[in-house]
Amino acid sequence: MAKKPIGPVRRAFAPWEDGNATPFIEFRNVTKRFGDFTAVDDLSLKIYEREFFALLGGSGCGKTTMMRMLAGFETPNSGEIFLDGQPLHGVPPHRRPVNMMFQSYALFPHMTVEANIAFGLKQEGMAKAAITERVAQMLKLVKLEDFARRKPHQLSGGQRQRVALARSLAKKPKVLLLDEPLGALDRKLREETQFELTDLQQDLGMTFVIVTHDQEEAMTMADRIAVMDKGRIVQIATPSEIYELPNSRFVADFIGDINLLECKLTGRNGDSSALRSEIFDCDIEVAQPVEASVGDTVWFAIRPEKVRIGFDKPATTVNRLSGEVWDIGYLGDVSIYHTHIRDEETIRATVANHSRVVERPMSWEDKVWLSWDRDAGIVLTR
Amino acid sequence: MRNGPSWFNVTSVALGLAFLYLPIILLVIYSFNDSRLVTVWGGFSTRWYGELLNNQQLLDAAWVTLRVAFLSASIATLLGTLAALVLVRSGRFLGRTLFSGMVYAPLVMPEVILGLSLLLLFVAVDQARGFWTVIIAHTTFAMCYVAVVVQSRLTGFDVSLEEAAQDLGCPPLRTFFSVTLPIILPGVVAGWMLAFTLSLDDLVVASFTTGPGATTLPMKIYSQVRLGVTPEINAISTILVGLVAVVVIAVSLMTKRQEVRRQQDIRLAEAQQA
Repeated sequence: MAKKPIGPVRRAFAPWEDGNATPFIEFRNVTKRFGDFTAVDDLSLKIYEREFFALLGGSGCGKTTMMRMLAGFETPNSGEIFLDGQPLHGVPPHRRPVNMMFQSYALFPHMTVEANIAFGLKQEGMAKAAITERVAQMLKLVKLEDFARRKPHQLSGGQRQRVALARSLAKKPKVLLLDEPLGALDRKLREETQFELTDLQQDLGMTFVIVTHDQEEAMTMADRIAVMDKGRIVQIATPSEIYELPNSRFVADFIGDINLLECKLTGRNGDSSALRSEIFDCDIEVAQPVEASVGDTVWFAIRPEKVRIGFDKPATTVNRLSGEVWDIGYLGDVSIYHTHIRDEETIRATVANHSRVVERPMSWEDKVWLSWDRDAGIVLTR
Repeated sequence: MRNGPSWFNVTSVALGLAFLYLPIILLVIYSFNDSRLVTVWGGFSTRWYGELLNNQQLLDAAWVTLRVAFLSASIATLLGTLAALVLVRSGRFLGRTLFSGMVYAPLVMPEVILGLSLLLLFVAVDQARGFWTVIIAHTTFAMCYVAVVVQSRLTGFDVSLEEAAQDLGCPPLRTFFSVTLPIILPGVVAGWMLAFTLSLDDLVVASFTTGPGATTLPMKIYSQVRLGVTPEINAISTILVGLVAVVVIAVSLMTKRQEVRRQQDIRLAEAQQA
C-alpha cells in the first residue's frame, strides 16, 4: 500500500524514510523467553539518532523487556542488539552508554538530591569541581535548585520524578530510556511534563526511548510509535499515521476510539474500493485501494469524530446509515452519540459542543442519519 | 463507647508484667543489700559493687565474654548477611529449600545437641578447646538469627535501586557497598546486636566448647551459684541488665525519633506540593 502523507509533517525530521540512514539502535531478530513465556518474539527494530521513540502496548506485551535488554538487565535468548554499530551482547549494564529513568524512580533513599545526581558522575571518576558544576546545571534544568540538600522522602512525587530525570541525564548518555516515566503523576502535572520532556529532548539532541501503556503520552511526545502485542511489533509509524492509518484492527482499537464494521469487499476500482456490510445493511465506498480479492471479509474502520450525525437524509446512497440515538455521553468539550443501527449494532459519533446550550437538538430515541466522506474511514484486512 | 481500660485489661497487664519482671526487680533490689546473706535484707548499700572490682576472676570472665560476644557477633553478621543475600536474591537454584532449611535449623535445634555436636567435631579434628572454639560455636548459631533479620530487611528492598546504580556505571561489587549495604544497614546492625546478646548470655553451648582459660561470665556465675548465691552475683547481673536496657532503649528511641521526623518530612513535602 502506497503511503500518502497525512496532514502537515510535524517536524522535518524523518530519518526512517531515508533508506541510507544508519540506525542508532538496532534489534535484529531478538527473542527473549522467560520459561515457557515468550516476552519478545523474533523482533527487529531500528531506532535513529535524535529520535523520540515510543514502545506502546498493554501489560505483558514485551515493551519493558525490550527496554531492559537495551539497558543490559536482561539478555536475549537469540538475536543481537546493536548500539551505534557496536553489538551489545555481553556488555554489562554499568558499561553501556545508556541511562534509564525507572518507573519507581529508584532514587537512593540514603542520599540527598545532589548526591543522587552526582552518583553516576562519580563512577566515571569525574573531577570534583566538574561534578559540582554539572550537578548545579542539572538542578537548574529540572528547576530544583532549592532542593539540592533534601532526601528523596522529603520531596513530592513530581519533584522526585524530576530528580530521577536529572540523575539519568547527568551523564549525558547517548540514549535515555524512560520506563513509564509519568505514570505516578496526576493528570495536570503529567501533561506539563510531557511537553517539557519533548522540549528537553530537542534541546539536548539525545535519543529517547520511552515505554508506556498510555497512548496519549506516546502520541504527544514521540516521533514514532511502535505498537506492540504479544512480543511482536504490530505497527511502527508516526503518531498521525498510527491514528489515521492503522494497519490492523488491533492498532485501530488500541489507539483511540473507533467503529469497526465487518464487511465483504464487493468491488475494486482503481483508487477506491466498494464494501458491503450485511449486519448494518450498508454500502460503503472508500477512497483507498485494498489488497484483497472481491468477496473477502474486510473491516471498515472509522473514528467517531469523522462520522456526521443529523436529521437530514444524505443525498448519496452510499456511506450512510439510519439509526436511533440510544445514549449521549457528555464530556464537556465533545458529546458522544451512541446510535443504534437496526436495533442492535452501535455506531459512535462525536460532535464538538460549539455553543454553550444545554438543550441539544438531538436527543434520546431521535431518528437520525449517520454519514461520512469517502476518505474518512479506512479498510483493514486483518 | 466506654472510656478508659476495663479492670480486666488492667489486671491482665499488671499480672503479665509482674510475671516477666518481678524476678529481675528482686535481683536489682537485693544487689543493694548490705547483708552477706542474699535472702535477708540488711539495709541499703553499694558495697557489693565495690567488691566486684576486686574480684579478678569475675572481671576476667566478663572480659572474655565481651571479646567472645564482639568477635562472634561480627563474624556471624558477615556470614548471616551473605546467607540472607543468597536466599533472597539467587531465585531458584538446586537445593535452595535444603539450604534455607539448614540455615534456619539451629534456631530450633536444642542447645545441648548443638553444643555436643560441636564438641564432637572439635575432638574429631583434634582442636584444642578454648577461646576460639567458643567463638566458632557462638558464630554457628548466631548466624541464623542474623540471616533471619537481614532477610526480612532485604525482602522489602527495591531491586531497581541496584539496577539504577549499575545503570549509572557502578560495578556490581561497588553497588553493594554504596547502595545495598547502607539501605539494609539497620537490619545488619539489629542482627549484630541480637548476635551479641545471644553470645553474651549463652551458657550451654559455651560450656560444651570451652577449655581452660576461657571461662565466660555466664559459666562463672553458674558455677558460683552452685556454691550459693552471693550478693556480688546480684551486683554484676544488675550491671548487665542495666547495660542491655540502656542499649535497647537508646536504639528504640533513636529509630522512633527518625520515624517521626520522616513522617513530618513526608507531610511537609506533600503540603508544599499542594
